[in-house]
Amino acid sequence: MTQSDLTTILPVTILTVWACVLLLVDLLIPKTRKGITALLSALGLAVTLGYTLAQIGSEVTGFNGMVTLDGFSIFVNALLLVSGLLGVALAYGYIKRMGIERGEYYTLLLFSVVGMMLMAQATDLIVVFLALELLSIPLYVLAAFARDKTDSEEAGLKYFLLGAFSSGFLVYGIALIFGATHTTNIFAIVEFVSTSTGSLLLTIGAALLLIGFGFKVAVVPFHMWTPDVYQGAPTAVTAFMTSGAKIAGFAALLRVFATAFPSIAADMTNVFWVISAATMILGNVAAVAQTDIKRLLAYSSIAHAGYILMAFVPYGNETVVATSVAAGLFYLVAYVFTNFGAWGVVIALEKEAGKGLALDDYAGLAKKHPALAAAMTIFMLSLIGLPPTIGLIGKLYLFRAVIDAGFVWLAIIGVLTSVVSAFYYLRVVVIMYMKDGEPAAERETWLDTTTLVTALVTVVVSFIPQFLFAWASEAVLKLF
Amino acid sequence: MEFILQPLTLVIFFPLVGVLALLFIPSENKNAMRWTALAVSVATFVISLWVLGRFDASNTDLQMVARYNWITVAGWNIQYFLGIDGLSILLVLLTTLLTPISILSTWTAVEERVKEYMIFFLLLEIGMNGVFLVQDLFLFYIFWEFTLVPMYFIIGIWGGPRRIYAALKFFLYTMAGSILMLLAILWLGIHGKTFSLPDLIAQGGIPANIQMWLFIAFAAAFAIKVPMWPLHSWLPDAHVEAPTAGSVILAGVLLKLGTYGFVRFNIPLFPEATLQAAPWIALLGTIGIIYGAAVSYAQPDIKKLVAYSSVSHLGFVMLGLFALNPEGIAGAILQMINHGISTGALFLLVGMVYEQTHTREFRVYGGLWKIMPVFGAIYLIVSLSSMGLPGLNGFVGEFTILLGAWGAGQNGIFYWGGVWFAGISAIGVIMAAIYILYMFQKMFMGPQGEVVEETKKHGRAIRDLNWREIVTVVPLLILIFWIGLYPAPFFNLIAPAVNHLVGTLPLP
Repeated sequence: MTQSDLTTILPVTILTVWACVLLLVDLLIPKTRKGITALLSALGLAVTLGYTLAQIGSEVTGFNGMVTLDGFSIFVNALLLVSGLLGVALAYGYIKRMGIERGEYYTLLLFSVVGMMLMAQATDLIVVFLALELLSIPLYVLAAFARDKTDSEEAGLKYFLLGAFSSGFLVYGIALIFGATHTTNIFAIVEFVSTSTGSLLLTIGAALLLIGFGFKVAVVPFHMWTPDVYQGAPTAVTAFMTSGAKIAGFAALLRVFATAFPSIAADMTNVFWVISAATMILGNVAAVAQTDIKRLLAYSSIAHAGYILMAFVPYGNETVVATSVAAGLFYLVAYVFTNFGAWGVVIALEKEAGKGLALDDYAGLAKKHPALAAAMTIFMLSLIGLPPTIGLIGKLYLFRAVIDAGFVWLAIIGVLTSVVSAFYYLRVVVIMYMKDGEPAAERETWLDTTTLVTALVTVVVSFIPQFLFAWASEAVLKLF
Repeated sequence: MEFILQPLTLVIFFPLVGVLALLFIPSENKNAMRWTALAVSVATFVISLWVLGRFDASNTDLQMVARYNWITVAGWNIQYFLGIDGLSILLVLLTTLLTPISILSTWTAVEERVKEYMIFFLLLEIGMNGVFLVQDLFLFYIFWEFTLVPMYFIIGIWGGPRRIYAALKFFLYTMAGSILMLLAILWLGIHGKTFSLPDLIAQGGIPANIQMWLFIAFAAAFAIKVPMWPLHSWLPDAHVEAPTAGSVILAGVLLKLGTYGFVRFNIPLFPEATLQAAPWIALLGTIGIIYGAAVSYAQPDIKKLVAYSSVSHLGFVMLGLFALNPEGIAGAILQMINHGISTGALFLLVGMVYEQTHTREFRVYGGLWKIMPVFGAIYLIVSLSSMGLPGLNGFVGEFTILLGAWGAGQNGIFYWGGVWFAGISAIGVIMAAIYILYMFQKMFMGPQGEVVEETKKHGRAIRDLNWREIVTVVPLLILIFWIGLYPAPFFNLIAPAVNHLVGTLPLP
């Protein structure tokens, strides 16, 4: 192992070691004071985040080109670590309140973040697979964490079965690609593809990879598991899954497709176009009929996967791919903050035994908890893509990239489905502000802080998105 | 500091001071909140008068320009770019005038959640002034969409029984239209490498077939807002359900965002497409005039009647704008102001009587003049102004528009239809007299209506206007007479900019 090997995986290593040690330390922490574990895990995430941010600008590849630490992975890692932190903050009070507080929760979350980070750094398909498993297995456990509840168990099992199924696709795809190119290394694949004509084997392999990733990021038609799993899993876990797993999945998809397979773009662009359009339409239309806030947000997360996928459609077009990928990254940031904020409000209102999750339970929130209702309104506006929120800026960035590449119809589908989405997001606002009720919300320091911070980010960054634009577009420059 | 002290920045963002102040006033202290909102909106009006004082009408360029780079990374070129000219100055003044008036009108009407109400009103003012003053398309879109949010809450929280339906309908209709404009804006930004409106106009050179698509995309957003027939169906719902002040602002300013959008964006950005579309828009405008007037006559509800009359009046505005000659456009801009004043005043008056009687069915009124002579007199003036009686403001605008439309018919702008548009539209003026006088007669003349007894049963006697209510409408009455008798100062503000705009068109 050389110096550069170590530097490349240092962020991942820090977090892994931290998580392993925490697993042991947790044994010494008394059952009633598991908050300490939460703090320690947050500290680990923060340290890794600090280290990651200090690495901005560096460019190292390790382990014979199997892993890399470049601008792209640093950007994604930072976002993942922030999601981890937000995930811990949301879980802290929630799992205590729901009576499922165990130290393992936090260590599992850390391990999952490790897998996600590795996924963003992987430049070899085998490592991609390894990372995918590493991020998924802790999530299966977390989804079933409320083990005395059948819903949670069902969610865990469903997620596990479909996850295993999708891993199968992924491995099969990797095998076919290996058959076509005699390598699993992305750089070597690029080299091979550039010197030979495309082969059917490669295309099929790539398609299978897409299916594998499609399950993870939940795009149509691989989204069937999503509403049930997101609804059944403990809400804090759902919040983390909808953000973290999506970021990681999209990061890997981006790296693999944008760098390795531009040669089959002619076929793949159409596929992405159709999947993206179908996801936006189905996610948004299905959300209209929901009466449970968790299911509503689950379908909303499917819809947003469709929007993010728009960034991939022009990936074969050299002149715009950088902008569109940067737009995708920016949208991920916008989505993560907005999404965590919205789930934070959901957690504040959730009661034991799955109560407090119906939309009608939000009636009168604006009178009893005006700040909470205002925050939720901001998140809903951001999810619709209205000013003054980061969601609007993200959507504009994405639509611009897509129009620039000439996919005007996709953009039109995108904006029209946004109008549909306005209908159901505004319903939440209607219920909060225009119906009477007596909602009781849990006000807990860390939860309130998370909601406040995410709401502030959602609004403030929309006025000064420049630095994020610049960072995102710099991050993807070296990819191509 | 230099950034903040720009006059136009101040006009837009000064209400934010009120919003921040309101956040810190305890919810029980309703009067403090009302006075704060009123003071801040009056101060904003004063600032806009300062802008008027500095405004040089003979200069056709943008004035008091504030221009800073906002987002200039990653291929974006978005500026914080404000400017004012003859097309927008009167609309800004109308906005800053109607906002304090609306706030004053809700003094006793809104007792619930006063804080939020005032905050939304001030935010709405920011959005509206922003739309009128920004010169960067990207920023424009942000302000444009932003106006939806506070209005949605104002209708949805403080509105009538079907408020939620009306608020959602308003929101979705408008958003559906504007979102296509967004794509057109992005297209322009990508191909022009800038979002600055003057730069894009100067560049020109958009191929004719694409121009048509872009024109349609922009027109979709604006036509829904105006609203042009057949896209008007959200308006009666929104007007009827909105609280009085909401209706005033909706009719007074928000509808003008649409007509203003046509004159500010569609006409100069897509001149060829504009020429092509002119008779078609004139057709829709004329249909709107007649249809709106006819439907108004059939309405039993005062607010609905006034709402449909707006469809008719704004048909005139559209007809004037797309006559594409100085008379037509200048008349249309003045008519936007007139409509804001007259219809705003009508909604105010309706609100004042509704607050006492709790019904808007005008057929149950009757003989009100004896009980409320002051109210009756004011109502009469405003009604006459709305139907276009010579000597009052409505006449000036409508007459100039008809003049313009007639000219456009003769010189081939309306390359089909010709002078018929002007001819048929003139019938609309007569129809307006019918439905407005009918309403007036039913309310104020004849035997005392059952509503008087009905109100007495609830332990209230109908009273005439009090001082606050009179103060609320007096500024509008002054303007009604001023514009009606001596419109020259107003035309002088508008004319140079309009002449300049017409001069840039490739007229046949």
